[in-house]
Amino acid sequence: MAIFAGRNLTCTRGERLVFRGLDFALDEGEALILLGPNGSGKSSLLRLMAALAAPAGGALLWHDADLRADRAGHFERLHYLGHADAVKPALTVVENLGFWARLHGTDEAAARRALERVALDSLADTPTRYLSAGQRRRLAIARLFAAPKPLWLLDEPSVGLDNAALETLEHGFAEHRAGGGIIVVATHTALDLPAAESLVLADFAPEAGADLLDDDDLEWVEDGTEDERTEP
Amino acid sequence: MSPFLAVLRRELRLAQRQGSDSLVALLFFVLAVLIVPFGVGPDPDLLRTVAPGLIWVMALLAALLSMDRLFLADHEDGSLELILLSPHPLESVVLAKCLAHWLTTGLPVVVAAPLLGLMLNMDATSLVPLVAALALGTPTLTLVGAIGAALVLGARRGGVLVSLLVLPLYIPVLIFGVAAVDAAIHDFPVRPHLLIEAAILLAALALAPWACAGALRHAAE
Repeated sequence: MAIFAGRNLTCTRGERLVFRGLDFALDEGEALILLGPNGSGKSSLLRLMAALAAPAGGALLWHDADLRADRAGHFERLHYLGHADAVKPALTVVENLGFWARLHGTDEAAARRALERVALDSLADTPTRYLSAGQRRRLAIARLFAAPKPLWLLDEPSVGLDNAALETLEHGFAEHRAGGGIIVVATHTALDLPAAESLVLADFAPEAGADLLDDDDLEWVEDGTEDERTEP
Repeated sequence: MSPFLAVLRRELRLAQRQGSDSLVALLFFVLAVLIVPFGVGPDPDLLRTVAPGLIWVMALLAALLSMDRLFLADHEDGSLELILLSPHPLESVVLAKCLAHWLTTGLPVVVAAPLLGLMLNMDATSLVPLVAALALGTPTLTLVGAIGAALVLGARRGGVLVSLLVLPLYIPVLIFGVAAVDAAIHDFPVRPHLLIEAAILLAALALAPWACAGALRHAAE
């Protein structure tokens, strides 16, 4: 039996149906890649998986128990990496990461080790307002390494990363999966995830009316990272 | 370290580095009180009469000034989602943020109030109840304001909306705060007014974090 599964999921945004009849099942060490054009519901599905939002229909199960019944328990086992980096410009690199590490029950030493992994240790005491977009992304990714959690939900983690950082991330993926962790990642770039399943969200889209503007499209314009993303 | 202390430390650090929010609230309070004598005239008796109400109203507006920023910054940069996703009661995080907000904007107002009172010709005997009532009342302003701030997340012109939502709720705090000072001026017992002010604070302390947490969860969906 799968550890993390979704059954017959339906998602709406406002009045619009984003996808319906979506199923997935993930076991220890497995990875799922979410594919699809902007607005097809990749981010929405990740938010459902994180129990940040409730599905309009269907259910999400962890060990066959509904996520919504024990949200705090679900939060205990997941890392969510969204579009926003959640980095405070006025705080230093290590202060930013140390805060999240503490919220997840580890300490600043774990935060410093995580910074070493993403090659930000030399900037540990620099205020994050001086970081580039890619460095801020690396700092966000360091959260994954600072506190071990079995489930990673990643929304376009590779945006703005250089090759070395991408390798670190992929190395982290492999290590996480070897330890029995589960990864769900929405991406437009090819990531090295051996034997990962793919879920094409367009397959679950309703027949008509899917051409409305969605958050994905808006953020595309706002964060100005067009040239750093490539379509698959 | 408990999540409460972690959040408190982060908020105080942010306030100290950015500085502007707390400074703006204090400067607004001082300037707004100082400008009134230019409007109503320099008559010492008149100023003494209006001083308690004046100081209270300005303290209330100063508290509102930075209220809408309480959760907005975290909402915009994605921190709020991650705080929601941390395995801790959101209520304790809210309480820590409120405490930090009061320490950086409410406390300076409490400290500055007696100086402004003297400037407006208040008696030295009525300054103690003024400070005591403000010390009990301004945390309530923060807690009640936080509910408004959480409710308007995602709305356009949230700052104005917070004021409209929250100002009517500030009226009891204002009434008993001013009544405490008036009682001291007219030689009536001050204690009952302060006790009521404290009771309102306790009620806000017990209820506001839950209301805020509910509103924040709703905002994230």
